[in-house]
Amino acid sequence: MRVDLDIIQNWIRPGTRVLDLGCGDGELLSYLATHKQVEGYGLEIDHDNITACLEAGVNVIEKDIDEGLATLRNASFDAVIMTQALQVMHRPDQIIDEMLRIGKECIITFPNFGHWRARSYLALRGKMPVSKFLPYTWYNTPNIHFCTFKDFERLCVERNIHILDRTVVDNEHRDRWWLRLWPNMLGEIAIYRITR
Amino acid sequence: MPTSIPADSVGLVQPQQFHFDQPLELACGRQLDSYSLTVETYGTLNADRSNAILICHALSGNHHLAGYHSMDDRKPGWWDSAIGPGKIIDTKRFFVVGLNNLGGCHGSSGPNQLNPETGVPYGPDFPIVTVPDWVESQARLADHLGIQQWAAVIGGSLGGMQALQWAIDYPQRLRHCIIIAAAARLSAQNIAFNEVARQAITRDPQFHDGHYYAEQAIPKTGLMLARMVGHITYLSDDGMREKFGRDMKSGKLSFDLSPQFEIESYLQYQGERFSTAFDANTYLLMTRALDYFDPAASFGDSLSEAVRGAQCKFKVISFTTDWRFSPERSREIVDALIDAGKAVSYAEIDSPQGHDAFLIPIPRYMEVFGACMGQVVADIPCAVQESR
Repeated sequence: MRVDLDIIQNWIRPGTRVLDLGCGDGELLSYLATHKQVEGYGLEIDHDNITACLEAGVNVIEKDIDEGLATLRNASFDAVIMTQALQVMHRPDQIIDEMLRIGKECIITFPNFGHWRARSYLALRGKMPVSKFLPYTWYNTPNIHFCTFKDFERLCVERNIHILDRTVVDNEHRDRWWLRLWPNMLGEIAIYRITR
Repeated sequence: MPTSIPADSVGLVQPQQFHFDQPLELACGRQLDSYSLTVETYGTLNADRSNAILICHALSGNHHLAGYHSMDDRKPGWWDSAIGPGKIIDTKRFFVVGLNNLGGCHGSSGPNQLNPETGVPYGPDFPIVTVPDWVESQARLADHLGIQQWAAVIGGSLGGMQALQWAIDYPQRLRHCIIIAAAARLSAQNIAFNEVARQAITRDPQFHDGHYYAEQAIPKTGLMLARMVGHITYLSDDGMREKFGRDMKSGKLSFDLSPQFEIESYLQYQGERFSTAFDANTYLLMTRALDYFDPAASFGDSLSEAVRGAQCKFKVISFTTDWRFSPERSREIVDALIDAGKAVSYAEIDSPQGHDAFLIPIPRYMEVFGACMGQVVADIPCAVQESR
């Protein structure tokens, strides 16, 4: 399993109820169902991913998260997860509010735009960073709301969101000890566990 | 007429008649002392009877799901696109059961059948049956066939309502429930269309308060109008534009009221054909069953509570341009199922065909449906698969 997903699954207690926003092919939910008896639902809009979930027996709901989650009741999930999708949301702040309303706690991962490679790319070349990991150019990218770890934590302070756990991994989702020395410079992917 | 039967067709099939003598208590308070159901089956029931699938029909459907009754048939059964050897509902794996619901007009006890007590057709005296009544009669059919638990109950539109009702009424008796282009209750707008259809029929002078059989009459005009209204609501604006646009039959206006636009002749043709093929009393009864369907009503208006006892896995499918049974209605079912902690998946298929889409083999629909059926296959008990 991808290391970030492995970190996340460690934070999920057995027998709980989990909502995965942008669940992809259902890898995490499938693992949680098999190994932790988790009752999980994934929201997804990509057709191939939806079919993959159906084939894997993962509960998948075709839904555009940007349209809102109003029909889901307050605190109706033990955990709400969003991996690598925050930056494509129209209003990341509103979706985080919704996640915190629906879930008792939330797990969010996103790429760190404060990583040294992104910083140096922009500083030295004067162009928006393009990399193997983030291959889009500015005009066709689905990633419309990049932030850095610092930005995210500032939002948490402003909105009275408690950070329960945080960790960083590199772009291959590996956990490296040195990333923790200066996460906003060295970490490429952030994994936060938050609650209200 | 099929010149030859396609390899993936169930081929030439014959309906069977099942008679039931145990009285059936109906929601309306009346009871049917005895009744018959017309049934068609395809494929083979396996040794432990665990591979049976029930297909519930919609407003104008019946037991004839697939294949042909004779080489003279103009068309195969109504869901031939999905049912057959190697098709989405694979008759090599499943024993597929289709029936004409009570109150129907294709052989099961209904308004156009003789009332054993009077010796004349029931006509309007046939009780108004409901979706739960149908499910009860279908459960007795399952008993009769020795099927303790369906591998899946599947239905579109009104058929999807029956599938949902099955999950509520008989949680132990189905493993999968596939609900396509349906709703947990009709909206006011939807009931309104049904009422227009009913008014068209009952106000036809040939209706004779439903006793038209004795008068050797058929309320053809009424039934035709009812069907025309229905057809408009089963298509989408875009779909109609694509199919007919403002195309004219002769290419110019004739400045009279004869049908000149293609859409006019299409609707008239469809209505005309339906008016001689379907029974008006059945149409009235089926629309009432649609209007009355509301499983949440017995659970304090909470659909989540209504489905709380369900044990099967649910799949819900809707179509983007379906406005008669819109995606919103399907999402209500999905939300209630999530709220109740039930296993559910949902797909919203992009299609221009409106409500009719549920009968059309749209590629993504078939892909999603196929993936759902894969799970139905996977959940057939292992012992049986080995013994096959």
